[in-house]
Amino acid sequence: MAHDTTHAEHAGPKKRIWQVFIILSLLTILEVGLGILKPDFLVHNDLVSLSYLNWIFIVLTIVKAYYIVWAFMHMEHESPSLRRVVVWSGIFLISYLIAILLIEGSYIQEVYTDGYITWDF
Amino acid sequence: MEATTVAKTGTEGQTWGGGEEKPLKASYGKLMMWFFISSDALTFSGFLAAYGFSRFKFIEEWPIADEVFNHFPFLHGVDAPMYYVALMTFILIFSSVTMVLAVDAGHEMKKDKVVTYMALTILGGVIFLGSQAWEWKNFIQGEYGAVETRSGKIIQFVDADGDRIALDEFATASPKDRTQHLAKNGIWFSSESSLNPMALEDVKRGFEANENLRVRTMQITEEGEKEILTREESLLKLNTSGVGIIEGASLSQNEYGAPLFGGFFFFITGFHGFHVLSGVLILIIVFFNVLVGTYEKRGSYEMVEKVGLYWHFIDLVWVFVFTFFYLV
Repeated sequence: MAHDTTHAEHAGPKKRIWQVFIILSLLTILEVGLGILKPDFLVHNDLVSLSYLNWIFIVLTIVKAYYIVWAFMHMEHESPSLRRVVVWSGIFLISYLIAILLIEGSYIQEVYTDGYITWDF
Repeated sequence: MEATTVAKTGTEGQTWGGGEEKPLKASYGKLMMWFFISSDALTFSGFLAAYGFSRFKFIEEWPIADEVFNHFPFLHGVDAPMYYVALMTFILIFSSVTMVLAVDAGHEMKKDKVVTYMALTILGGVIFLGSQAWEWKNFIQGEYGAVETRSGKIIQFVDADGDRIALDEFATASPKDRTQHLAKNGIWFSSESSLNPMALEDVKRGFEANENLRVRTMQITEEGEKEILTREESLLKLNTSGVGIIEGASLSQNEYGAPLFGGFFFFITGFHGFHVLSGVLILIIVFFNVLVGTYEKRGSYEMVEKVGLYWHFIDLVWVFVFTFFYLV
């Protein structure tokens, strides 16, 4: 994790780049494969109002994001303070935004379907 | 003159005392790029969260992405769900790889390698942009067409097996008065609409004539598929609530389902595409700077690193757009 921009040994970073490329490719293939197959078990079982399949997609996406930011954007070589400034502020603000909007969205959907006004005529 | 008026805080030499040390141990340029990326990430999160909001609002009638994005070049009429987007994702990931290789070559001060890898990155970006244009073309053109109902919902048509069927496959053309579009009727003469444009009556007549046809609504059933009405319900639905036909997509309506779906598609992928476009332009500028040896003279390829950060960010955003637009 040392802040090393000169790279005394050149094999290291290149190997890491190809490793990460392979990981990202495999994850994408897995995602697309699951998206096409849509196994019944994963589609019809929910965890906190989201199917297992969607949870898998979201988790894999975050794993991909981690590899892109850490390896490709060299976040692993930056100082811990820079890492925290960028990552934590993003994570906190985005989780708040998503929580608020999705909760409101499902509330409106409830009103929309259970209300006394018909929307489909 | 020594600044005697400035109070000493007693923290000189400490990290929090200011002074010579670079904040966060990063150069000014890289730090600013990170600030920009953070704010841009929040912008994209806002868009995607708004998409999530609308999707949760219309959770029971949102279009199914596999059915919308199922085209692949040179495979006409073949159902190829998501293969093309997956290919686009690979192209962008691979251009990220060549970018990071260019940055790495820059660290080693190998100009030729930087040039090669940056050229490959630019190529990847251009291919991605072209792919996105093709994707937009398919989306705007549409494939099957649909009928809009009074309430602004969409009804689509399927045959007895539940396979989608295009409007012009069953609509019967009817004789209509043809008024020629003349230059005096418009500001300028662009083109004339097709000789005998399809109208709702044609669709209705064709539907009544063909016993096998059914109406498919926007409603998603327990099985996660769109609801298909019986023949009687279909006739009733089409005859009582159909108001017009929709082919393809515009900002206000689309044949795939909820009108918002088209709006979000154009806005989010468009905004991302605009980022790719500006990324390609910045890459080209930096590429020429590398060619003429600007960074060689400067003794540092940090500019390549900074444009690299931006380029990886575009890849990062695409990973999320891919998940939330095409997979989830």
